[in-house]
Amino acid sequence: MSEKTLTRMDLSEAVFREVGLSRNESAQLVESVLQHISDALASGETVKISSFGTFSVRDKAARIGRNPKTGEEVPIHPRRVLSFRPSHLMKDRVASGDQG
Amino acid sequence: MIRSELIQKIAEENPHLYQRDVERIVNTIFEEIIKAMARGDRVELRGFGAFSVKRRDARVGRNPRTGESVDVDQKSVPFFKTGKLLRDRLNGK
Repeated sequence: MSEKTLTRMDLSEAVFREVGLSRNESAQLVESVLQHISDALASGETVKISSFGTFSVRDKAARIGRNPKTGEEVPIHPRRVLSFRPSHLMKDRVASGDQG
Repeated sequence: MIRSELIQKIAEENPHLYQRDVERIVNTIFEEIIKAMARGDRVELRGFGAFSVKRRDARVGRNPRTGESVDVDQKSVPFFKTGKLLRDRLNGK
């Protein structure tokens, strides 16, 4: 395994190669895709991208947590968390190393 | 929101682009993330989150119906960790 870390720059480079846009505009498009997904999730919407996966927002109830170092009890407030469920296609391709 | 709605939103914001190019752009972004994970790479999108691959070791599983032992091979599974900024936004911060 190569274990490299890709960033926004690599995604915009891929967009740049795929469509004849400037690097700058490619970067802005990557940003607006992430922004739209974030906005939808922040408003409580589920985001379902076919053959990629589903992002959904879940409500977590309040509970009593414990500081593992001191053993002290701390209240954990109710909160919203994001969960990502990969599509079957993604799971299969990741499991088999299928780079398409 | 589904993929086509996302494409629609991006298209509306970019009237100078053809709809089919917007589709290619959006699809390229998701495809690139899957390709990276298929290679075993991580994709870190600051503020949004990070996609990575977790290795699950081979183990002996059990057929829950029959109780029979089955060998489960090691496998790689996709994993997503929410970024701090997005996590805070979900909680109205």
